Amino acid sequence: MSEFIARLGRWALAILATLGHAAAFFADLVRNTPQCLRRPYLTTAQVHAIGNRSLIIIAASGGTVGLVLALQGYYTLSRYGATESLGLLVALALVRELGPVITALLFAGRAGTSLTAEIGLMKAGEQLAAMEMMAVDPRVRVLAPRFLAGIISMPLLGAIFSAVGVIAAYVVGVLMIGIDSGAFWSQMQDGVDVTKDIGNGVVKTIVFGVASTFAALYIGYESEATPEGVAQATTQTVVVSSLSVLFLDFILTALMFSTP
Amino acid sequence: MSKKQIETLVGLFVLLGILAIVLLALKAANLASFSFHTTYPLLARFDNVGGLKISAPVKSAGVKVGRIASITFDNKTFQGVVSMEIERQYQFPTDSSAKVLTSGLLGDQYVGLEPGADDKDLQPGDTIKMVQSAVVLENLIGQFLYNKAAEPPTKQGAAQK
Repeated sequence: MSEFIARLGRWALAILATLGHAAAFFADLVRNTPQCLRRPYLTTAQVHAIGNRSLIIIAASGGTVGLVLALQGYYTLSRYGATESLGLLVALALVRELGPVITALLFAGRAGTSLTAEIGLMKAGEQLAAMEMMAVDPRVRVLAPRFLAGIISMPLLGAIFSAVGVIAAYVVGVLMIGIDSGAFWSQMQDGVDVTKDIGNGVVKTIVFGVASTFAALYIGYESEATPEGVAQATTQTVVVSSLSVLFLDFILTALMFSTP
Repeated sequence: MSKKQIETLVGLFVLLGILAIVLLALKAANLASFSFHTTYPLLARFDNVGGLKISAPVKSAGVKVGRIASITFDNKTFQGVVSMEIERQYQFPTDSSAKVLTSGLLGDQYVGLEPGADDKDLQPGDTIKMVQSAVVLENLIGQFLYNKAAEPPTKQGAAQK
């Protein structure tokens, strides 16, 4: 019994230690970011690896989510004869909630795992240690560009997701089902506010970008220097990123969209 | 991939993202309606425009013939002034009437134009003389309740006497 309590205590202390270590890592990342801007090509190359390469999956998912939202939304709205509000429904759902969250989840799955695997393998292959030997700070050359690239890519990907989703909903709602296109757009323009809805959505994507990129980098950096360790780290990245994105989503939604 | 190619691709990606944000932002503001037919403006003054929105359709005989361009308030006559853009291929007589109608029970409101019998047509910038304002549900209910209260006693009550 006392052994169990001791183990519980050790586990709790280990979690606290990890949190502290992670916070120090985060502070390091932020501190090294201005320095990495002296070599902008590093960040550009990372934006290409993280952002450009995720474009197809984000755009395709945005399109299909928009199509599905339009179909399901039409079914429910037709019960109340309010089918002309379909544009408003889809736009608000995408811009406020689904755009940032689904983009962050896909981003964690696609870009987060590749970041973790890359950093983990660099560490396993002792590349980071070799850099330190050459007096090149790996945090400036390797970690900070990836962090900055993640923060830059996420809002852009989130916006592309929402925009493609709205266009796909237009295709289904107006061209296929036959809702009046003027009502579709005018209800949307009437109901979607630039600062409150789109602005908050962009803020969400930035926060999610910071959270998932940081989680991916930290887990990769702290992974065991073995192939199994790297494999386990990639799974851990997806789980930790996804959970923290969903949890942050709840907090941000409560802060931003709660009724006074 | 060469450095130049990567930078170009990243630039395209950032451009696409910014374009998406601008597209979303414009949709929340007033997007200029793209119409392939040239239009001419007509005005109508309503006592109550109800739930009319900019870009709501203007229909005649149920067919869309134009769009609402702007809704403003006239502080002198205290009426709502609705400016409509009617497609140039449709001309209406000068004694046509405009009504604010609802599509479906809880749907969007639109302006319905009913043609008159005059020989002369409305010119661009003319005001439609005969209008019927939107039905305000609260006024209707209030009217109904008032009428109910002012009714003479029922036949049943009279027979009991």
